[in-house]
Amino acid sequence: METWIELLIGFFLANVFGYGGGPSSIPLMYREIVPHYHWLSGAEFSNMLALGNSLPGPIATKIAAYVGYDAAGWMGVLAAEAATVVPSAVALIVLMRILQKYKQSQAVKGMTLLVQPVIAVMMLQLTIQSSKESILSIGWIQFGAIALISYWLMQRRKVHPALVIVGAFVYGGIFLGR
Amino acid sequence: MLKTYAELSLAMFRTGILGYGGGPSTVPLIRHEAVSRYRWMADEEFGEVLAIANTLPGPIATKLAAYLGYRLKGTLGALVGLLAHILPTAVAMIALVSFIDVFSSSRIIHGMIEAVVPVVAVMLGQMCYEFGEKAVKGLGKYMALACGVIAFVLLEWVQLHPAILIAIALAYGSVHFKVMGKLKETRKRKEERRHGDMD
Repeated sequence: METWIELLIGFFLANVFGYGGGPSSIPLMYREIVPHYHWLSGAEFSNMLALGNSLPGPIATKIAAYVGYDAAGWMGVLAAEAATVVPSAVALIVLMRILQKYKQSQAVKGMTLLVQPVIAVMMLQLTIQSSKESILSIGWIQFGAIALISYWLMQRRKVHPALVIVGAFVYGGIFLGR
Repeated sequence: MLKTYAELSLAMFRTGILGYGGGPSTVPLIRHEAVSRYRWMADEEFGEVLAIANTLPGPIATKLAAYLGYRLKGTLGALVGLLAHILPTAVAMIALVSFIDVFSSSRIIHGMIEAVVPVVAVMLGQMCYEFGEKAVKGLGKYMALACGVIAFVLLEWVQLHPAILIAIALAYGSVHFKVMGKLKETRKRKEERRHGDMD
């Protein structure tokens, strides 16, 4: 079989069974990439993951780009990326279109309302998780100081989050990079 | 017309190259662009899109990028949103292969990433607060708190899959106003009966 078709199938399967965003589908991608299709060795996979984690952006699409290129050039990149993002994007668009049609109905209004507390709690979990990780790696004082300053900048001074993140990069590169 | 494409590309480019920690930590950035900065949709709608997106498999940030693009400019918009979001880092990934050792062992790059995590935590916390606020406004203090506690227990201790919890919330939500209407009616009837007894 052509490699790009295998890429299409492999990345489709890994992502269609990965719930909870890109990071949760990493083990599934590992299964397709290393033991199943042998596109990378185990060590290459860990190296790639380390590079991927030091670059910004969604992780699943970075892995797709790297493996696709490595296995079949730019055609491979296209196949792997399309299999990663298109199915779930189309599903979301179709579902939202159906909901939009019944936007005025009491049922859809109730659905919109009841998901708000669930989203709030999921965000709370993510907040706790990333705070914990951060405190473990840079300590209470650094975490508290960066969090307080960025809260002040974004909420009180209404600075664009992008600028705050760039500021944090500079600070981290100079003071935490030892 | 072209302005919308330009804004969409810029917004998705920014969220793509500044989101650290994978898709989920990019969500507050996407929300900032879509709700606060460009006002493409209201916060409630964003919350609903996010919830529905979470019930579907696959990367979360790219689903949102595609949907935003689609909502603004149809299929072409979805394509533009997606490409602007994933292309820069996908190309960087391929281009930087030869520098892989430099990147994964550099202390400076580690420091940079570590400094961004607290900023992301603040943004996530802020989002949590704002969606909580919306729940309180729509459901009332006690009902919102009850929903929140139930959701937290189910996710954190029962380890229920978020997609299942959202599906339950959507299912109940679709009959929520009916249930509330019925409750009000029975309460009214009871009261009337009580008044009737007194007469």
